[in-house]
Amino acid sequence: MPQTLYEKLWQSHVVHEEADGTALIYIDRHLVHEVTSPQAFEGLKLAGRKPWRVSSIVATADHNTPTNFWERGIEDPISRLQVETLDANIKEVGALAYFAFRDPRQGIVHVIGPESGATLPGMTVVCGDSHTSTHGAFGCLAIGIGTSEVEHVLATQCLLQKRSKTMLVRVEGPLGKGVTAKDIALAVIARIGTAGGTGSAIEFGGSTIRALSMEGRMTLCNMAIEAGARMGFVAVDDITINYLKGRPFAPKAELWDAAMASWRTLKSDEGASFDRVVELRAADIQPQVTWGTSPEMVVAIGGRVPDPAAEKDASRREGMERALKYMGLAANTPIKDIAVDKIFIGSCTNSRIEDLRAAAKVVKGRKVAGNIKLALVVPGSGLIKRQAESEGLDKIFVAAGFEWREPGCSMCLAMNADRLEAGERCASTSNRNFEGRQGAGGRTHLVSPEMAAAAALAGHFSDVRDLL
Amino acid sequence: MDKFVRLQGLVAPLDRANVDTDAIIPKQFLKSIKRSGFGPNLFDAWRYLDVGEPGMDNSKRSLNPDFVLNQPRYQGAQILLARKNFGCGSSREHAPWALLDFGFRAVLAESYADIFFNNCFKNGVLPIVLPAAELDELFAQVAATPGYKLTIDLERQLVLRPDGKALPFAVDGFRKECLVNGWDDIGLTLRHAEKIRAYEDKRRAEQPWLFA
Repeated sequence: MPQTLYEKLWQSHVVHEEADGTALIYIDRHLVHEVTSPQAFEGLKLAGRKPWRVSSIVATADHNTPTNFWERGIEDPISRLQVETLDANIKEVGALAYFAFRDPRQGIVHVIGPESGATLPGMTVVCGDSHTSTHGAFGCLAIGIGTSEVEHVLATQCLLQKRSKTMLVRVEGPLGKGVTAKDIALAVIARIGTAGGTGSAIEFGGSTIRALSMEGRMTLCNMAIEAGARMGFVAVDDITINYLKGRPFAPKAELWDAAMASWRTLKSDEGASFDRVVELRAADIQPQVTWGTSPEMVVAIGGRVPDPAAEKDASRREGMERALKYMGLAANTPIKDIAVDKIFIGSCTNSRIEDLRAAAKVVKGRKVAGNIKLALVVPGSGLIKRQAESEGLDKIFVAAGFEWREPGCSMCLAMNADRLEAGERCASTSNRNFEGRQGAGGRTHLVSPEMAAAAALAGHFSDVRDLL
Repeated sequence: MDKFVRLQGLVAPLDRANVDTDAIIPKQFLKSIKRSGFGPNLFDAWRYLDVGEPGMDNSKRSLNPDFVLNQPRYQGAQILLARKNFGCGSSREHAPWALLDFGFRAVLAESYADIFFNNCFKNGVLPIVLPAAELDELFAQVAATPGYKLTIDLERQLVLRPDGKALPFAVDGFRKECLVNGWDDIGLTLRHAEKIRAYEDKRRAEQPWLFA
């Protein structure tokens, strides 16, 4: 019987299955960061247990780390303690690799995994972070987990899981100019809602997805969690394999050939059936801008803020009214009339070299508008930062009025000093526009890097296609 | 983990959909390296009028009188009545830690985000799924009845209303067993250590690049 990619990946990792279908699945790669691991390491120690397979661990400090004045270290004592706790835990137990604060290869955990070749096709990848779904771009089962599960994986190399429902999101046709993987992700969420993927593993397929770079596929899989999915993934093809070749932890020589042969099978079989299929035409997707406090509250750049009065469902209407109040927006306002205060280009969604190149292309030779208080570019890793600098992208951003920062999660979740003040409005390439996400009272609009760049230049949302 | 067998508790209503884990426990409190102490900052941005930071004396902060959990009638609540897609967003286990530390042992909602749902079970918090129509009735009854309590019988998988109506709910057999017995699932998994080792050896032989 034809199998979906999910079924192949699932079956190849089941170690044991309980009567009710709860299975122990083996975990190949365990990514660790400072926020969700300290209690797990402590629990392990208190129970007198040792990590099962230290060579599965790749760790970094990203959430709390500052993005400027690195020579001063981490000034917030609570953040510093959390990072030092990770330093101490990794020193004690070991890891395949630890990209500590200020290491040249440090960066956002979901950027450095793929970049170092630590994320490989066919793997199960876990991390105590919901955006672990990112790694699914490589044909992995990549699952975000909680801290108790981090401890469980450390102790047993396994995760307790039930089989997910399967969903195929198929996107066909060429993307329009200025339309990106981020816009596909937001369009999918607009279609199925933030709970549309609950209990599901989403495979992204179709000619549009096949044409995306690995960076684009990572952006798309990253946002699968915002559609409520347990994971998102893309089948392996030449683009996947070409990306991986020569990466530090990717197999070499004859192992590379064997691995490649195995990876070639990582796709859904012809005729495999899914529990649900959602189809989109790339030609229908425009640059997207969120207007509310949930990623499903999104419209195209040419649209208007919706009117709750037109919503028949009472619960949805109340949600819209609450969102408009929080966002300080009136119904029916054209999206292009919304002025912004800050710009954030970064996060595990959109901080890779291709994202920075695309934003720089828009910005080149132009200036950030006078009403913009702060425009930040935060590369996803130290390696990306240096790559961008070697291409002169930093100079383009700085000349336009952007700040060029050190890598980290930064203003995606504002655990460090990069944040919005109450009432400030941000065009952000991150993944969540929840209340307070980028700072208490801050107002987040999710967009692609190109659209964030266009908003920086105009001082309000504008259609990047007019600049290309 | 504390056992969960039967609970009779005061019910507090939180009538909004898509309550995310950033709302349940804002990011500034995630800098803690402990599992406890998150209760005073549960729903911090909604609950207080000022912006909370770690290390503040929360007893001295001004409460938001409009936030439902601050109403005197809901003090001591152990059951949270919620809407669909509760716990969406971040994987932070600090969310169920904060609910538990505040005093909640169970949540009733139409649906949950998957990671939050898993995290609850690991901490002895029972997330129950009920149909929207039953939740509507519960919201109405809570609003109409100060001191409204529900009984949750996990063994029989029933939510018992004070008017005698019993609402059945589903729960995975394995999770139920763990909750009812207060089992540590790492200990349970390690009973299969030989199987894990055998799987690992086979995989190492077949796909050695995964073990480099």
